[in-house]
Amino acid sequence: MRAVMFTKPSRRLRAALVLPLGLLLTGCDWVVLNPAGDIARQQANLVVVSTALMLLIIVPVMALTGLFAWRYRATNTAAAYEPDWDHSTKLELVIWSAPLAIIIALGSITWLATHLLDPYRPLTRIDATHAVAPGTRPIDVEVVALDWKWLFIYPEQNIATVNELVLPEGRPVRFRITSSTVMNSFYVPALAGQIYAMPGMETKLHAVFNQTGTFNGLSANFSGPGFSHMHFVTRSVTGQGFDAWVAGVRKAGAGLDRATYLALDKPSEQVPVIHYANVAPDLFDAVVNMCVRPGKLCSGEMAAIDAKGGTGKSGLLNVAALTYDKQGHEQVVSSNPGFADASLRRFVRDWCADNRPLRAAVARDAAPLLVRSRPLS
Amino acid sequence: MTNPDQTWSPLLGRLSLDAIPYHEPILVATFAGVAVGGIALLGVLTYYRLWGYLWKNWFTSVDHKKIGIMYMVLGLVMFLRGFADALLMRTQQAVAFNGNDGFLPAHHYDQVFTAHGVIMIFFVAMPFVTGLMNFVVPLQIGARDVSFPFLNNFSFWMTTAGAVLVMASLFIGEFAQTGWLAYPPLSGLAYSPGVGVDYYIWALQIAGVGTTLSGINLIATIVKLRAPGMTMMRMPVFTWTALCTNVLIVASFPVLTAVLAMLSLDRYVGTDFFTNDFGGSPMMYVNLIWIWGHPEVYILILPIFGVFSEVTSTFSGKRLFGYTSMVYATVVITVLSYLVWLHHFFTMGSGASVNSFFGITTMVISIPTGAKMFNWLFTMYRGRIRYELPMMWTVAFMFTFVIGGMTGVMLAVPPADFVLHNSLFLIAHFHNVIIGGVVFGTFAAMNYWWPKAFGFKLEPFWGKVSFWCWVPGFWLAFAPLYVMGLMGVTRRMRVFDDPSLQPYFIVAALGAGLIACGIGAMLVQFAVSILHREALRDETGDPWGGRTLEWSTSSPPPEYNFAFTPIIHDLDAWAEMKSQGVARPLEGFRPIHMPRSTGAGVILAGISMVFGFAMIWHIWWLAGASLAALLMTAIAHTFNYDRSYHIPADVVARTEAERTRQLALTEGA
Repeated sequence: MRAVMFTKPSRRLRAALVLPLGLLLTGCDWVVLNPAGDIARQQANLVVVSTALMLLIIVPVMALTGLFAWRYRATNTAAAYEPDWDHSTKLELVIWSAPLAIIIALGSITWLATHLLDPYRPLTRIDATHAVAPGTRPIDVEVVALDWKWLFIYPEQNIATVNELVLPEGRPVRFRITSSTVMNSFYVPALAGQIYAMPGMETKLHAVFNQTGTFNGLSANFSGPGFSHMHFVTRSVTGQGFDAWVAGVRKAGAGLDRATYLALDKPSEQVPVIHYANVAPDLFDAVVNMCVRPGKLCSGEMAAIDAKGGTGKSGLLNVAALTYDKQGHEQVVSSNPGFADASLRRFVRDWCADNRPLRAAVARDAAPLLVRSRPLS
Repeated sequence: MTNPDQTWSPLLGRLSLDAIPYHEPILVATFAGVAVGGIALLGVLTYYRLWGYLWKNWFTSVDHKKIGIMYMVLGLVMFLRGFADALLMRTQQAVAFNGNDGFLPAHHYDQVFTAHGVIMIFFVAMPFVTGLMNFVVPLQIGARDVSFPFLNNFSFWMTTAGAVLVMASLFIGEFAQTGWLAYPPLSGLAYSPGVGVDYYIWALQIAGVGTTLSGINLIATIVKLRAPGMTMMRMPVFTWTALCTNVLIVASFPVLTAVLAMLSLDRYVGTDFFTNDFGGSPMMYVNLIWIWGHPEVYILILPIFGVFSEVTSTFSGKRLFGYTSMVYATVVITVLSYLVWLHHFFTMGSGASVNSFFGITTMVISIPTGAKMFNWLFTMYRGRIRYELPMMWTVAFMFTFVIGGMTGVMLAVPPADFVLHNSLFLIAHFHNVIIGGVVFGTFAAMNYWWPKAFGFKLEPFWGKVSFWCWVPGFWLAFAPLYVMGLMGVTRRMRVFDDPSLQPYFIVAALGAGLIACGIGAMLVQFAVSILHREALRDETGDPWGGRTLEWSTSSPPPEYNFAFTPIIHDLDAWAEMKSQGVARPLEGFRPIHMPRSTGAGVILAGISMVFGFAMIWHIWWLAGASLAALLMTAIAHTFNYDRSYHIPADVVARTEAERTRQLALTEGA
């Protein structure tokens, strides 16, 4: 699953001539320095620029080290010897200001680049010469790191895949990323730098492919016994190819409902590519809020209740509905399975919406809850 | 691992025969090796009746020099264990291609890389650095011991107790399979229900007590026990770096203790500091552990910078260039090391402004570090450089470390870090600074101060063999990792799909093999030197033409270090005394007040280890009993008023007369 690269023969020739620097920049395996996406391209440029800036000082230091180490060897009695020379204000100025100058330059570049390449920032350009056309809608992909495979949900297309990420070339992509159990890091080296996938949290990444091809995607953060196999195929295809692929996935038959998701969520390794023809609505948000399982209270809803002042001691009754993986991920079952989550949800919504007549809402939907709530007025 | 509660028994907790890994042939073979070696060692000690000698003269000793040497021995033993883990990893990664699963299953491999990191940082690098500071600092400042000699002995044994717990996890149960910093939720009860993470927690907590107390001890020593006339700006650079390092220890290790205590509460009593549930925040753990973890990096490297300063100046036969800026650089690094921790997780979604701030503060550290590099360079300038082993290691360090520093600054640029974080490039970077810095520096220091500790030099031939295996071995082992990082290969992988990577891993494994030869040569060097110690003996106490006070006493120094407290008039006090022709006082000796040895440190640390073991295995009765025993022993020890004695004046006079005779012999020869 190595990156397929598009190296022109003339470039290869040049690379052969200026080894090893040529290898560094155009070597066909070095995907980090020779990626297929504009974001990764700019990040690679930063790697090169920062190296070059530092070599400005590293090379002289190493040369001087070699020179002094050789010239002032004890056997060379012809060299000057000044045992008490230990200070020079001019030299001290150079010693402190030369690295300072380099760091000022590198620090400025860092400040700008960190903001421009912030993974949360929507793209403004497709590549160095093309800006994003006004009104372009990025394609949304929701990424869930599971033990030990990757789930990709395409909300707009209403499809999902496991261990296969297909993206149209030249169109901005907006990733929302989370994890169901432990920390992982979502990384497609050819596309863009990585960002962590963390349970109960959502991270974002914006990126774009500028070439078609097949690339490797992986988890860059150790996540347990199946970690080594936690990689996925990433394919960058043409717009038409993408539509054809989506149509193919839609014909896959099975859909990803919540029960299927919960089965998929169980630990497994070396899972082959799976296609789902449709996806349960709001599945990704439920994953982030750790409430896919029936009968669970979403963490966001609990947070909204808390923001309203909470439910006091009676909130203890929510413990079972909020428990996610504390007792071991596989053992979690709702302790209150008969409790319909629809009515709970409506109750929470009403509780949190300022302009709703709370008493009426409680009387209507949450009679079973009333006993465990503090007085509303 | 099954649910631990299912197999819990009141007597043994969750400890049962299942915990002994007799079904894993690698571990059985290791155990057999350790057992045979251990029994042989015990046999030899018993045969030569060395137990009493070891107990009286070493284990219970409060002499900072002996404790320093014991720290070095601990570091060396654990280094062999940590390096064995490295060899296992290199071999596994060199063979696990094309569907070959290698020889380590995930459960074992994940323990190996976790143990490697934990051992190398906590039980190799830390004992090395602490041992050096313990041995050298009191001698350099003209003191007779550290401020709190018993505490020093206790600290050492607490560190050792932690190390023993890590070693025990090899054969009883398992170690953590989480990576060396044990990020939750993976290290939480839900995903690591076994004893591995508990071994990790208790080993580090017990060793952490030792480290923190030793930090307090050395700060007090440096601040209060300097010889008259040694102002702060006349302190040797090594002592300065030791002071800064111990300030870092005292200010950062409590954070580690707190964060591990919170993780323990999550695991033992069901709190939710770092769980996914109930508003727990795993990211808070990551923040806290790196608030300790980044200063820790400087805790390791600062004293080593001090070593290089001493070595460069001595072997160039010159005063250190830019002493004042060296001191300021050290202090600046100390302060800045607290302002950079977030660069370990730029990729966790902090905002651009936060990331830039921490990226730039990280780069700023390279300024004082660069200044230090220049200062060593200009110390060599117009010197007369003698290429003895310590200086060879120093030059190797200068060439190696600048590359590690450069890749470090690359990783400090957040967008560049996004593509390099957690990759083999990062692994290559930190091994580049830790091996190229801390390890090379420790070897320089060992070769430099060995004659002071034992009275004879290390044999140079095998030392050079070791050097020429280590330095190319390091580059052979880690250059492929730099390259693979740029190919998008990430760390902690057990098996690979891409066969084109295999040659790189084979080269890396060969590099590790070369390093193994280097380690072997070093052990041979020690053995050969001990066998030929009479030929290598140094009677002067100053074999290198040293500049600082430790070279003014005999080698090894008498237990009181200095018969008279020296008076300091200049930086490089001993060089100044030599140039002024200051005469050694030959009479007027007085009785010297010295601390008395005590076994309390060994006993307290032993009980702490039992307590840790009981907590790990949920043997609650034993935990309660050992905690009670710990408190009672500590209280009982406070009633021991017989803590010191006087070396009579005539004994001092005899010791000094012997030294006079030796010096006269060397001058006559």
